[in-house]
Amino acid sequence: MRTLLYITTGLAVMGLAFWAYQENYRTQEALKEVRKLQREIAAERNRLEILRAEWAYLNRPDRLRDLAEVNFDLLGLLPMEPTQFGQVDQVSFPPANSLPPVTGAVDTMATTGDAQ
Amino acid sequence: MIRTPLRPLARILKARDRGENPQAIERENLRLRHENMRDQARLRAESRLFVLGVFFLGAFLAVGGRMGVLANSDPLEPRSSVIGADILSTRADIVDRRGRILAKNLDTHSLYAQPHTMIDPEGAAQKLAQIFPDLDADALLEDFTGKRKFLWIKKKLSPEQKQAVHDIGEPGLLFGPREMRLYPNGAIAAHVLGGASFGREGVSSAEVIGVAGVEKHFDDYLRDPANGHKPLQLSLDLTVQAAAEEVLHGGMKIMNAKGASSVLMDIHTGEIISVVSLPDFDPNNRPRPLTAADKDKDQSDSPLFNRAIQGVYELGSTFKIFTAAQAVDLRLVNPSTVIETKGPMKVGGRTIGEFQNKNYGPLSVEDIIVKSSNRGTGRLALQIGVKRQKEFLDSLGFFQPTPIEMVEASGGRPLLPARWTDLSAVTISYGHGLSSSPMHLAAGYASLLNGGTRVEPTLLKQDGPQNGPRIVSPQTSQAAVKMLRKVVTDGTASFGEVPGYQVGGKTGTADKPKPRGGYYEDKVIATFATVFPASDPKYVLIVTLDEPEIIGLGKKRRTAGWTAVPVTSQMISRIAPLMGLRPVVEPATLTGVTLTSQ
Repeated sequence: MRTLLYITTGLAVMGLAFWAYQENYRTQEALKEVRKLQREIAAERNRLEILRAEWAYLNRPDRLRDLAEVNFDLLGLLPMEPTQFGQVDQVSFPPANSLPPVTGAVDTMATTGDAQ
Repeated sequence: MIRTPLRPLARILKARDRGENPQAIERENLRLRHENMRDQARLRAESRLFVLGVFFLGAFLAVGGRMGVLANSDPLEPRSSVIGADILSTRADIVDRRGRILAKNLDTHSLYAQPHTMIDPEGAAQKLAQIFPDLDADALLEDFTGKRKFLWIKKKLSPEQKQAVHDIGEPGLLFGPREMRLYPNGAIAAHVLGGASFGREGVSSAEVIGVAGVEKHFDDYLRDPANGHKPLQLSLDLTVQAAAEEVLHGGMKIMNAKGASSVLMDIHTGEIISVVSLPDFDPNNRPRPLTAADKDKDQSDSPLFNRAIQGVYELGSTFKIFTAAQAVDLRLVNPSTVIETKGPMKVGGRTIGEFQNKNYGPLSVEDIIVKSSNRGTGRLALQIGVKRQKEFLDSLGFFQPTPIEMVEASGGRPLLPARWTDLSAVTISYGHGLSSSPMHLAAGYASLLNGGTRVEPTLLKQDGPQNGPRIVSPQTSQAAVKMLRKVVTDGTASFGEVPGYQVGGKTGTADKPKPRGGYYEDKVIATFATVFPASDPKYVLIVTLDEPEIIGLGKKRRTAGWTAVPVTSQMISRIAPLMGLRPVVEPATLTGVTLTSQ
């Protein structure tokens, strides 16, 4: 009886040690993964910052103005003027036959969330 | 354990035989037993105390040891827990009111050399001089072959330059990581942003510190790692600022002015939407400030000088509206009260004259503003009196530097007369004898015209109106706007009309003072202070030209009406649409309703 107890205890200790080591290795693996991911995040964040800076640099008003002037033939862009404001009722309705007729209508139910 | 009996029979019998008291034996034994018990109890207590002491010692050693380890170890980033981007060690960005980037931190590299580890100093020096045209190969070679063990070559490298230096393959040329401040928009808003430079420098890092403008004013905020992900949001609007700079630059060239400035301010929130000072500079490459060696040059001609904030000028007739508004607010007059403006008018031994010695005769208060009569406002100022005039101008902020969030603001301290006499009151009523910056004027106009409450200019984006202390009544404020509107429709600023935006404003042309007293005959500061739209005032725009001069209708013209006003109207027609102001038809003045029966 006592022998059995000793054997079981020994087996339990070995099992637990095996489990503990395995957990330890998995933790280390996870930490390594986290470290790698964080390096990646830092690199991506850095890249994002550089891209943002580049975006701001490419969109600087001086450059856009020059580009608009160079490509005037193509774009015809001019500085915005007060006369360019319009009213919604100045926009004419499309001609009646420009839209295809509605066919195959389906009943649907809409919720307020869909409107956004 | 075998207990020793207290009364051992053998000894007692023996004692009885000897005639001794057997009780003594019992007491003796009892004493021995008690002593024994006491010794044992002490031993046990001592051992318990010892264990407890060991336990405490262990605990204290553990705590102390842990503290020592924590104090001496390098900080580690927590890796097992989730961290966000809340703490960044970089300097925070600066963005405009719509989140567009005005200043940003960028990672780059610096280049340094360790000459003693170099293999081919001569070749390295020549190749470096090829990559960087501003470096001199001979000077580099001298440094590389000299006694120095360390020298900086470049503080900032572009990626292409870094690759080119890398390709030299010289082990004595080394790169250090650096952060640099980038202003992607170049010279736009240069004076507001100021600039940045390096503070303490090491091989592996260097601090970026602000040297001027908001970069310096908010240096602590921008450097705080807790604010790394929270950009500093300014009230400036990048597109408006760019358009204002373009128009003002064009206007300055056409009007042959040597400098110009403009301030655009929201009159309810106090936000500065755009502030321009020309000539300007590129904050990425901030020019050297004037030093003692340039003492023959005028500080105000340096591009670093911010005319809108640091430049204190006599702003001329633009001040007249303050006098008129105060007189109306004190109920001394109303806009249609007629004042005699005929000369001669002598105050304190000096004759007060009109522009080009005109004589307007009797004028209503409104027409005094419209025709810009010096004697008219002078008479109003005498009615108001020195004390009340001083209090009024103080309440509008003309006695203090503007509270705007830039380090240069304290340099824009207004120049006041040493003794405020009646003559001072009269000259100040039409804007001479008191020098202030265009920013002061913008704040003063905004406070007067927003319904009459004090508003202070700010460069930070605001959530709502400031609701400062009341300065004039809403009726006075409305009357002032009406008078200013009439200056544009009927008066000296007829070029200022922008269809749809109901511009109201007042011109001001002040002779420039000579450095050694007196005034120049042919140099003026032309100012146009405007408010628009007049039916519901939203913005104040101040435009100042320094020494403008054009030929108009065959004559040399320097007055604001010919110089600053056309520039301003051009600017308003460019920037008002950008701010989403829709042009509207001006509401007609209602004629009085006459009731036929009552």
